[in-house]
Parts: sequence; C-alpha cells; structure tokens
Amino acid sequence: MKRIEETFRALKVKKEKALIVYLTAGDPTLLKTEELILGLDRAGVDIVEVGVPFSDPTADGPIIQAAAKRSLDGGANLPDIIRMIKRIRRVSEIPIVLFGYYNPIFIYGNEQFARKAKEAGVDGILVVDLPPEESAELRRYTDKAGIDYISLIAPTSGGKRIGEIAGKASGFLYYISITGVTGTATPQAENVRTAVERIRKLTTLPVVVGFGISTPRQAAEIAPHADGVVIGSAFVRMIAEAGNAKDLVPGICRYAADIKRALKRRQTHGNG
Amino acid sequence: MGVFQQPVREGNTMQKLPDNKGHFGIFGGRYAAETLMPALIELEAAYRQAHKDKRFQKEFAAYLREYAGRETPLFYARRLTEKLGGAKIYLKREDLNHTGSHKINNTLGQALLARRMGKKRLIAETGAGQHGVATATVAALFGMECRIFMGEEDIRRQAPNVFRMKILGAEVVPVSSGTATLKDAMNEAMRQWVSRVRDTYYVIGTTAGPHPYPVMVRNFQSVIGRETKKQIRKMEGRLPDMLIACIGGGSNAMGIFYPFRNDRNVVLIGVEAAGRGITTGEHAASISSGRVGVLHGNKTYLLQDKNGQIHDAYSIAAGLDYPGVGPEHGYLHDTGRARYVAVKDSEAVDAFMALSRCEGIIPALESAHAVAYAMKIAPALDKKKIIIINLSGRGDKDAEVIVKRGEGK
Repeated sequence: MKRIEETFRALKVKKEKALIVYLTAGDPTLLKTEELILGLDRAGVDIVEVGVPFSDPTADGPIIQAAAKRSLDGGANLPDIIRMIKRIRRVSEIPIVLFGYYNPIFIYGNEQFARKAKEAGVDGILVVDLPPEESAELRRYTDKAGIDYISLIAPTSGGKRIGEIAGKASGFLYYISITGVTGTATPQAENVRTAVERIRKLTTLPVVVGFGISTPRQAAEIAPHADGVVIGSAFVRMIAEAGNAKDLVPGICRYAADIKRALKRRQTHGNG
Repeated sequence: MGVFQQPVREGNTMQKLPDNKGHFGIFGGRYAAETLMPALIELEAAYRQAHKDKRFQKEFAAYLREYAGRETPLFYARRLTEKLGGAKIYLKREDLNHTGSHKINNTLGQALLARRMGKKRLIAETGAGQHGVATATVAALFGMECRIFMGEEDIRRQAPNVFRMKILGAEVVPVSSGTATLKDAMNEAMRQWVSRVRDTYYVIGTTAGPHPYPVMVRNFQSVIGRETKKQIRKMEGRLPDMLIACIGGGSNAMGIFYPFRNDRNVVLIGVEAAGRGITTGEHAASISSGRVGVLHGNKTYLLQDKNGQIHDAYSIAAGLDYPGVGPEHGYLHDTGRARYVAVKDSEAVDAFMALSRCEGIIPALESAHAVAYAMKIAPALDKKKIIIINLSGRGDKDAEVIVKRGEGK
C-alpha cells in the first residue's frame, strides 16, 4: 500500500483532515531539516512537502524565496536531499512529497531521479512548472517507479482543464487557494468551498488546499471544505527567525501540533 | 497552414515549427505554473485569431509605419567597409525606430493584442530599459496602466531609460534579488503576473518565455527581415551573404533571421556576450557555453551549475545580460542553420567607438557586439561579399558607461 493513499484512507476513517507541512530542504541545514521532519512526524503532521531549492523560484513569495537562497548558499542540492530522505526512511514512515521546480530534476536526469527518489522512499513529487502538457517526459519514469504525481489546480483553471488534470493526477490534488505566489494572501473559505466542490465532481482523489494558509485558525476554517491543508510560509518564516537556535525544532513542532489540534477540534465541532 | 507553423526544410523532411504546443524540436514548450496556464492558452487563442485577422495586421502595419517610423533604412556603411578593406557592410537601422530600438515592433503588436483581449494593464521586464521604454510608450499611446520590473543594477547603469519610463507614466519597480539584472526582473514580472493574471497582460520583450511568446515575438519582429530582404534586393540586386545580430534573448536576431531561414546561402550569425571572457565565467554566452535546461517557461540553453541552479549572467550590455536564449535559437544552433559566436566587452566597446567615429552612428552596446564580430571577419572576406548587421538600437543610453571606462575622450 502506498503511504500517501494509506494516510488519506486512515484519516477518512478517523474523520480527520490532513495537515501537510512544507519546508525548504537545507534551511538552515540539511541536518536540521532531517530533525525537523522527524519532529513534525511525532507532532502528528500527516505529510511533509520537502522543498527542493531553486535559484529562480517564480511561483514563490518572498519568504520561500529567501529560504531557497539560504539553502543554496549553504550548499544544498537535489542528490543530498534525496540522501537525507533515505536516512529519514530508516526511522519514519511519514509520507514525503518532493516539491520544487523542474530544472534541478531535469539536470539530475529524469530516469536517475525517479530511481533514486524511489529507492530513498519518496512518495510523491510536485513540480510547480511542469504542467500536464509537459509532464510526460518525467512521468514516463516516475509513474513507472510508483511515485505519485501530485498536480496543481489554480483558481484560474477552468472545468475542462480541471478534468484533464485530475484524470492524470495521482496521490492527491493540490488546490492553490489564492491567485498569487506562495504566502502572499489569505484565501476566503467560501471561495475555497465552491472551488473544491467543483473539483470533487471530477475526481475521487483527495483534494488539499494551500498557498495562503498560515495560522491554526485559518487552517481550521479552510480544512472542513477539503481533505487537508498545506502550510508552508508560516513554518519557513519561523525557521528564518529562529535560524539554527536550539529551540527551533521544539518551537516548530509545537506550532504544528497546535494546528493539528485546531483541525481535530473543528472536526469534532463540525460533526457535533 | 498559418504563419504560426512555418514549414522548415530539414533534410528531406518538412517539420512544422513550432509544433502546436510550442516546441522547436526539443526546445521551447510551456513550462509554467498552473495559475498561468489558462492565461497562456487564452493568449495563444487570441494571438492565433489576431494573426489571421486582416484588420489586426493592417492596424499593426499602420502603427509600425506612422508611429514607429518604419520602414527603417538599410544603410551602406562605406567608411567602415573601406576601413576594414573586405566585405561590404550594410546596417539595418533599427536604432532609428521610435524609442530607439527594435523593441517597439513587438510592444506595438502585443499592446494591440492586449487591447483586443480587453486588458488594461501592461507589465514587462526590462534589462537595458529599451523594452521597458517601448512598453511604457505603447501603454501611454493606448491609455493603459504600466508597471516595469527592472533589476537595481540595471537601474543604476541605464538611468536615462529609467527617467524615460517614468516620464511616460510607467511605474518602475526595482528588483533586488539575485544579481538584480534581467533574469531577476523576469522572475518578479512572472510573480506579478501570477498575482494579477485576470486583468494584466504580460509583455515579454524577447523570443523567450512560455509558448506562445517565442513565436509571437518572432512574428512581430520579423518585419525587420522582410524589409531587409526587399531593400538589399533593390540596392544590390541579390540577397546578402551573411546576417549578423546580437543575442540576449534573441528577438532582434530572430526578427532579421526568420524571413531568410529558407535562403540557404545566407549565413546567419548570432553574437552572444562573452563579457570578461568565456573562461572567466563572467559572461552571458548561453549557447556557446551553457547546457539545455528549463527556465522562465521554456526549454533552452542556459548558464547553470551541475545541479541545475541558474548562474547569474554578466555583460557590459544590460540587454544581453541574461543566462538563457530564445528556444528557436537553440533549435537553429542544433540544426546548424545559424552559427553562434561570442564577443567580449572590450571588443564591443571598441566597435562602439569605431562605428561612432567612422559612420556618425552611436550604436547600443548590445548592437555593438554584432558590429564587433563583423569587424573581425570582414577584412578576410572578398570585397564582393555582403554582410548586413542588424543595428538593433542606439547608444545614447550607454554614453555614461563608455565615458566611465575612459573611452570617448
């Protein structure tokens, strides 16, 4: 059974929503990222998105741009990130999605990437600038390896297009809740509800919502309308502020646990 | 078959270029974030329609004629030719266009398209500021709001163009990420477009970016080559032996090359910026020393490290200071139809001075790269040979850079 599928199935049974956390790998260091991911797992986070830094992150806002720069300045690269995931897999079964831009993968070599990522225990990939029109050249390897191809749906995507994307996607669908780059605006729960309902008519895959959610409260507001929420910039900002400080990992994990609790509470209320 | 997909003879096979997804062989395509995909599809449909619409083409031609001042002259550079003692050198005077460069050809076309699509707000990236000025100009002409993204380093070295954009009513947004040059300006323009995609039209200034930009910009710019062909036939009774153009993203080069693509005896030469020298690593020669990758919506030659991180480019000419190149140039390179060379800062500066003193024409530092290569090879060529240089822009904007280098005394 695939980890992502199993995670959503178990959440459904428990009537819980997924909390997905994004971190830029290598910020502040790869060792710290490893510690953070293990901590997030213990804190109850359901899936982690491991950001692969890129020099030109055109879909990201200032917070994640700065994280990518710190990570690259520290020497992080895709092969090392994959090795880190391999280490994590010795002790954790948390589903891991690699999140990034196409060029670092393309240069590593699509075939080699698929093989190494699978060996390391990567469950899914989300490549921001590789839409369905261009994804065949990578998916011929990653699909075969059994790596889920997580696809994005935007507020601007029309019905026909959503159908096409959903038809080819695997793992889960990621609805971009704002018309903008990461971490720069706050989604409206009502708009998200309408959008997710529209997507659900076209797919049975889980639908998660992200790009603009940063607080437990926002997460609790949005989550009931979807299968889960993704929070990135809020965590990345905390990492930027804490740097390599000792209390970084406990601080991040506490915040993640707070959000997970808020999601559960909302769920209980929603059912009651 | 529309002009959108031109047959190109390749050995014995006919290929449509680009294909219907914007691929030139392995190059090009549409590697964009999902938020932008619907906008790109809408843009492509609008452009296809406009392209076939005689009224649109007529209006575009009228603006090129009455507003930009086309056609631009083809000028025989007699003194430069005599000084070099070899091939005859002609200059296609794109510097004489309104706003001082070829960029206006494309911005007029795209602004007309934006108006047709009901968009009232234009954004653009700019390096040397020529495309920014050309975009600010058409925004004023058509009463549109305009925002230009420009690297802080470029704002510093191309101050006159910043003043011009502001006078024209555009907002100039300084970009400080990376090396604060053209690549970073383009990143920021794309982010802005993602955030305001519903009411905003993104005017890309070169033959790069996601489909349909490379083909659209090429088609708007190909007026350069069509005129050149007609003019040289009239002046010399035949086609030239060689076309030389500078390459940043490659729009002026595509503009002059494209109508000659099937004239196999015309050698096409693209001149990249070798900056301080290819071996120093400080240059912008993507084809000469880069490798294929994906950036800014298309697959093409890029300057990058072994992990696929994009290098910062460097050139004395802000308009060439870009770590990539238009995908069709990648294709022309790989098929051998065009040849790509690189010229250093110092050679471009020498050519800048030579053309100024010899012909009374101050070229843009970008265009001076093409002049420099012509000066290198013309002496060894037979006097009957004809070289046409695309003089893509004028050099007023570069006066300060030249004076600071201690030239022009």
